[in-house]
Amino acid sequence: MEYKLTYEKYKEALMGGKLLGLKCNKCGEYTVPPKKVCMECSSEDMDIVEISGKGEIRTFTVVRVPPEGFEGPYIVGMVALDEGPWVIGNVLDLDPEKASMELMGKKVTIGHKEVKGDKFSAGDGVALTFKLEG
Amino acid sequence: MREVAVVGVGMTNFGTSEKTQVEMFSEAAMEAITESNLEPKDMQALFLGNVLGDFEEGQMNMAPMCASDIGMKDVPATRFEGACASATVALRNAYMWVASGFYDIVLAGGTEKATVMGTPMATRTFAMGSDSRYESFAGITFPGAFGMAAHLYSKKYGIPLERLKKQMAMVAVKNHKNGVMNPKAQFRKEITVEKVLSGFVVADPLQLLDCCPFSDGAAALVFASVDKAKELTKKPIYIAGTGQGSAGSLCNQKDFTVIRAREYSSKQAYKQAGIGPQDIDVCEVHDCFTIAEILAIEAMGFFEYGKASQAVEDGDTALDGKIPVNPSGGLKAKGHPIGATGAAQAYEIVKQLREECGERQVKGAKIGMIDTLGGDLATVSNMIFRR
Repeated sequence: MEYKLTYEKYKEALMGGKLLGLKCNKCGEYTVPPKKVCMECSSEDMDIVEISGKGEIRTFTVVRVPPEGFEGPYIVGMVALDEGPWVIGNVLDLDPEKASMELMGKKVTIGHKEVKGDKFSAGDGVALTFKLEG
Repeated sequence: MREVAVVGVGMTNFGTSEKTQVEMFSEAAMEAITESNLEPKDMQALFLGNVLGDFEEGQMNMAPMCASDIGMKDVPATRFEGACASATVALRNAYMWVASGFYDIVLAGGTEKATVMGTPMATRTFAMGSDSRYESFAGITFPGAFGMAAHLYSKKYGIPLERLKKQMAMVAVKNHKNGVMNPKAQFRKEITVEKVLSGFVVADPLQLLDCCPFSDGAAALVFASVDKAKELTKKPIYIAGTGQGSAGSLCNQKDFTVIRAREYSSKQAYKQAGIGPQDIDVCEVHDCFTIAEILAIEAMGFFEYGKASQAVEDGDTALDGKIPVNPSGGLKAKGHPIGATGAAQAYEIVKQLREECGERQVKGAKIGMIDTLGGDLATVSNMIFRR
């Protein structure tokens, strides 16, 4: 059974500015990031769709002790997409020293940034970014 | 399924060790085997937790090296990896092979040497527990994941962050207080809430003393069928129930103040044991971060969701509280050699049920439980022990 939306396909689209996900033909729910089956009902009957790229910050942290290869401090957040799924990414347009729980509930637009890989990461990657609206 | 008991336990001091992972495991294993009145040749298999041996010492396939070092010749030796829950997953499998009747006596445990990597590399390798394709490139770390959990918890239950942080600090204060009484603990000094709140920030809102340390250490247990156990020891400690649950990447779990893998795992363990959380006399839970202990004791059913941080403040989790949590000092003070942690938790519970814990003894403890979490809440395993 062929993998419909692979990581490579997802990554390539994201680098071109499109956030792709899967919409289930059985239950109507969305799966982002992609999986083999619907994250809600486990059906394989899903279509690749472009995600609106809008969402709301649900939680965040400021990483001050980063992994090797990263430079802190930076903000990592979790956003609930308008379509339902939650995703992880970076809030870029805010000084990490100004990050507070006020961020939670703020509306964002999803973007992306390329991230250089290391010897364990199977190549370079891409992270989602969250731009605060208004 | 037949009854299975622990007949011997062993554990190294936790902290920074000059010894290799094999050497540490051999010390813990020989202590456990000797205490069981057995010899290594009596062990029919080894079930070993080890997470990052590949990165720490360039050692893959750690289990056969460990078995060979103590003279367990020819028998199967297998490494189990479930991130920080690895040893409990190994123990649970060891239990099942004996319960099934396939083996009568086996050795289980774990070993780890995390300090040798240094903080940046250790943080990188620990973060390999996150979804490497869809999450890791955002630079998420383990403390970062639990920092996000703390913010979620504060908002969801309407507990102002400043108040929650004090209650979280009380988890660290309690576990350090217990650690003072544990001669094998990495940290054996008391701390204060003020000290926790003045540490540098690792990942908002978690400060240094909200976090467990990187550690070296090993622990081991011998499991035997009930018939053999009665021949070998006057104090067999029986396995009453076990559970294990899984979840995928962190983002797919959505509101992760409710850890579903833990609900699944602990319910399974209670069901097998035929008891509920109210029957547990003592427990060792996965306090990798202070907020993690709060989340654990809710999903295990000791407290209602949203109530555990207040319970900590009320002293319900202290040594003389309603449900004593982490009498050993927990991961926070005892230390967290990730591949060995579950085995060290089981070591503590066995010692507690045998009433061999000296000044940190929970008086009259008859039923004890361990809880170990791996990855971004992706693996949770529980075991319930009884006298």
